Amino acid sequence: MDPIKDTAVSIARAVNAKEAAAAEIAEALIPHVSRVDAQLGAYLQLTPELMREHARRVDERVRAGETLPLAGVPVAIKDNMCLTGTRTTAGSKILEHFVAPYTATAVQRLLAAGALPIGKTNLDEFAMGSSCENSALGVTRNPYDLDRVPGGSSGGSAAAVGGFEATLSLGSDTGGSIREPAAFCNIVGFKPTYGRVSRYGLIAFASSLDQIGPFARTVEDAALTYDVIGGHDPLDATSVDRPLEPTAHALREDLRGVRVGIVKEFGLGQLDANVRACYEAAYADLEKLGAELVEVELPTAEYGLATYYLVAPAECSSNLARFDGVRYGLRVDGADVGEMYEKTRAAGFGPEVKRRILIGTYALSSGYYDAYYLKAQKARTKIAEDFARAFARCDVIASPAASTPAFGFNAKSDPVSMYLMDYYTIPVSLAGLPSLSVPCGAVVPEGGTRPMPLGLQLATPLFTERSLLGIAHAYERATRHAEKLSPVEIAAA
Amino acid sequence: MSTIAPEDITVTPELLEKYEAVIGIECHVELKTESKMFCGCPNAFGGEPNTKVCPVCLALPGALPVPNAAAIDHMIRAGLAFGATIPPHSKFDRKNYFYPDMPKNYQISQYDMPLTQGGVVRYWLEDGTRGECRLTRIHLEEDTGKSTHASADGRLAGATSSLVDFNRAGVPLMECVGEPDIRSADEAVAFLETLARTFRQLGVSDVKMEEGSLRCDANVSIRLRGATEYGTKAEIKNMNSFRSVRRAIESEIARQIRVVESGGRVIQETRGWDEAAGTTHSQRSKEQAHDYRYFPDPDLVPIDVTAETVAAVKATLPVTPYEHYVRYVDEYGIDTKRATQLVDDAPLAAWFDRAVEASGNGQATVAFVLGDLSRLANESGTHVAEGKVTPEALAELVALTTSNAINSKAAKQVLETLWNEGGSAKAIVEREGLAQVSDRGAIEKIVDEVLAANPKVVADYQAGKLNVMGFLTGAVMKASRGKANPSLAQELLKEKLGA
Repeated sequence: MDPIKDTAVSIARAVNAKEAAAAEIAEALIPHVSRVDAQLGAYLQLTPELMREHARRVDERVRAGETLPLAGVPVAIKDNMCLTGTRTTAGSKILEHFVAPYTATAVQRLLAAGALPIGKTNLDEFAMGSSCENSALGVTRNPYDLDRVPGGSSGGSAAAVGGFEATLSLGSDTGGSIREPAAFCNIVGFKPTYGRVSRYGLIAFASSLDQIGPFARTVEDAALTYDVIGGHDPLDATSVDRPLEPTAHALREDLRGVRVGIVKEFGLGQLDANVRACYEAAYADLEKLGAELVEVELPTAEYGLATYYLVAPAECSSNLARFDGVRYGLRVDGADVGEMYEKTRAAGFGPEVKRRILIGTYALSSGYYDAYYLKAQKARTKIAEDFARAFARCDVIASPAASTPAFGFNAKSDPVSMYLMDYYTIPVSLAGLPSLSVPCGAVVPEGGTRPMPLGLQLATPLFTERSLLGIAHAYERATRHAEKLSPVEIAAA
Repeated sequence: MSTIAPEDITVTPELLEKYEAVIGIECHVELKTESKMFCGCPNAFGGEPNTKVCPVCLALPGALPVPNAAAIDHMIRAGLAFGATIPPHSKFDRKNYFYPDMPKNYQISQYDMPLTQGGVVRYWLEDGTRGECRLTRIHLEEDTGKSTHASADGRLAGATSSLVDFNRAGVPLMECVGEPDIRSADEAVAFLETLARTFRQLGVSDVKMEEGSLRCDANVSIRLRGATEYGTKAEIKNMNSFRSVRRAIESEIARQIRVVESGGRVIQETRGWDEAAGTTHSQRSKEQAHDYRYFPDPDLVPIDVTAETVAAVKATLPVTPYEHYVRYVDEYGIDTKRATQLVDDAPLAAWFDRAVEASGNGQATVAFVLGDLSRLANESGTHVAEGKVTPEALAELVALTTSNAINSKAAKQVLETLWNEGGSAKAIVEREGLAQVSDRGAIEKIVDEVLAANPKVVADYQAGKLNVMGFLTGAVMKASRGKANPSLAQELLKEKLGA
C-alpha cells in the first residue's frame, strides 16, 4: 500500500485490515507534503500534530475492532471550514488570525470516519473566484504546470489531491468552485444536491448556493467520502432530512439504457478546436458505453451568469457583514465605531470581495430590489424549471466543466472574463442539482508546454447522487483519462 | 402666520379639546422559552457578561441559525388569543444594518410574511371605559446584545470604548404592531397593559418591564378633532415603563399642538423620550432613515403552519383577561378596580371563579375575596389560593351571610377560623353557636332588658338625642353575644322608644 498514490478505498481497507497503521501513514505524509507544498502552495496551514493525534486515535479504534470507512486516509480541508484549534481564514486578511473554536459538521464526520487531517487549503478569498488568485494569503500552483492556476475557488483542495499531497479533500462549490478546479487538476470534484451536506461550520459566501463536496482521484473515492459527510444535520436548517442512499457500493460499469442530454445552448462551437475535439470524443465515449445521446434545451441557461451575479453577491453582502472588527478577526481602530468598521473592512477585504459586497448591497437596496434581486430569483426558478423539463428527456446532462484548461497567472485580469469560467457550472448550481467533473482528456494549451487536463461535467436531477456517481464511474473506468497524466515532478529539497 | 414661538404656547384643556391625537403602538416582547431563538443557549435574564453565548449567537464564521419551535408555538398562541389569522406560510427575512451589539449585523426578522396577521386587542381603562385597537401583525425576530459605554455616566458621549454583552443576543422577540386606533395616552397604556396581561396568562412571556422584556415605541400625530386625514407622525422611542409611555405620549401631543398652534408643521422623524427632562427630542429624520435591505434569509426554510396545528392551539387557549374582566363587571357587577385586581392575579382569579361557581353570587364573593380573605392572606404571607380556605367553604359562608343566617361580625369570625383550620363554614357556625338570632320574641326580651338598664340613655333619646341609638343597638348586640340580627334589634328599639 502506497499512502501517497493509493486510493482512499485501498488505504482504508489496508488500515482496517491492520496491514498498515494510520500512524505510519501520517509519518509518511508529513515530510512528503511539506516538501511538495513548498512548490505547490496548496496549503495555508499544515496540522502535523493534529494529524498524528488523529492517527493514534484511528489505530486505537481499529485495534478495538472498529471498521472505519476512511481509516487512515489523509485529507485536506478547504480553509473556509472550521476545525477546532486551527486557523480558519477563508483566504482573507480579515480572518488571518482567527482560530476556530468549533468544527464544521462535514469535517467532524470526515474525522470521525477515520480520516487524518493534513492541513487547511488555500482558496479565493471567501470562495469568490475561479483561479485561487483572489486569496489574500498565498499562491497555489497547478500541479500539472506550475505556471498555471489550479482553478478556484477550491484551488488548494484540488491542487492537493491532483498533486498527490492528499488522498481526498473537501471543497465548497457555490457556482463551480469544486467542478472547475477539479477539471483543472485532473481529478474528480463532486458537488452534491444543495442541502445534502451540512453547511454548519462552512464560512458562508452565498447561503442558498454553497455546498460542500469532495475532491478525489477516483469517482469511487468521491462516493465513499460523500457517503460519510452527507445526510441530515440538525444544526443546518437547510440540510435535507431524507435518507442518504449509500453510493459507493452502487457504482456501475456500463451506460446501457442511460439517456445523456447534450444541451443545445451549450454548443461546442465557441471552444478552441482541440478542446472541442476532446469533448466530442467524450460524448462519443459515453455513446460507446451504451448511452443514448439526446439533445435537450435549456433556453434560460444563458441568463445563468447574470442571475448568479445578483443572487450570490446579494447574499454575500449580508453574510459578510459580521466581519466588523467587534468580536473577532482583524480590527483597525477608528475615532468611533463607524470609522472602525470602515477601516477594518477596507483593510480586511480584497478587491473582489468588496466588488461583490457593493453589487449585492446595490441589488438589495430599496428601489432596486424588484428589478435586480427579485427578478434574479424569478430567473433562478425558470432555470430550475428548464432543467426539470430537460430531465424528462434524459437521465444526465453532459457538458464541459469549463471552456478552457487551466490558464496562466494574471491571464484573467478582467473580472467578467473570470466570471465566464463558470459559464457551464453556474446554471446547474442555481438549480441546486448534483453535479461533478470527471477527467475527460487533455490538451496542450496555446503557449503551454505540457498537456493540461479537461473535465466533463455531469449533472442529474435533485437527490440522484447515486445515479450520477454510477454514470461517472462507468465513464471513468472505461476511459481512465486521469491516469494518462502525471503531475510535475517536484524535486527533493 | 403667527410669530409666537411654540414654547410660548400653553396647552390648555381647550387646545387639547381642539385636537385629536392618533396613536399607533409597536412593542417588542421577549418570549419565554428555554433556549434562544436560533441556538441552544439559555434564554435567561442577566448573568456574567458573555456567558450565555455560542458560535451561533456570537455570529462566528460558519455558524447557522436553527429556529426554536417553541417560540413559533408561542407566536401562534399569542396571535390566536387576539383573533389573528395564522397564514399557512410564513418566512424569516434579514434586516440589514450595522450595530455593535448585533453580532451578524443583520437581524433575523419577518418582513412581508409574518406569523400572525390582524386581530384585535380589546382593553379597558381605569374608569371602566372600554376600547379596542386592531393589530396589524405580530412577527417573530431575535433580540440584540447590550452595549455598555465606558464613560462616567454609561452614556456614549464621552466614552472612549464600549463593552458588549451578548447574553441577550438571539433571545426570541415578538414585535406587535398596532393600527393607529388609539386616541390618548391612557388608551395606549390600557392597550399595553392588556397585551402584557394576556401574554403573561398565555405563558408566552413574563413581560418584566424592569428587565426590558417589553419595549415600546409609539407613532403619534395630531389632527383637528373631526378631521379624517392623518397628520404627520413622529415615532417616539425609548419608553421603558407604562408610566413613561403615558408621560411621553402626553408630552409629544402637547409638543405637536404647540408646533401647529404656532404656525409650524410637524415633521416625520424619530424622537427619543428623555425620562429625566420629561420631553421628547429629535433623533433622526425620515431622510436619514435606514434602508434595511430586507431579503428572505437563505439560511432558513419557510415556516408552514397547518390548519390542524392552528385548530389544536385554539382548543387549548384559556379565557383571556379581557373576557374575564367583562364577565366580572357585566355578569357579577364587580366594579372596575376590583375586577382589574382579580384579573391581574391569575391564581386568585381562578380561585375566585370556583368560589363564584359554588356561591352564585359574584359581588358578595368578591367582597370576601378582596376584603377579609386577602387581608388574612397578606397578614400570613400566603396566597389565598394556597391557604386552607376552599372556594366551596367560602361559598357556604357567602350563603350563610346572604340568607342572614349569620351576621357580618360572625362571618368575619368564621372566615378567620376557616383560614386557620380549614373545614366547612356551616360546621364552624354550628360548633361556635354563631347562628344569628332573628326570633322576634327572643330579641324583644333583650331589648326590654337593655332599655330597663339604661334609663338615662332612654331619656336622652326621647329628648331628641337620636344618636344614642347606636349605643343602644350595641348594647343589645353585646347582650346577645353578637348573635342578634342587628336590623331587627334596631327596629324593635325604635318601636319601644316610640320613635
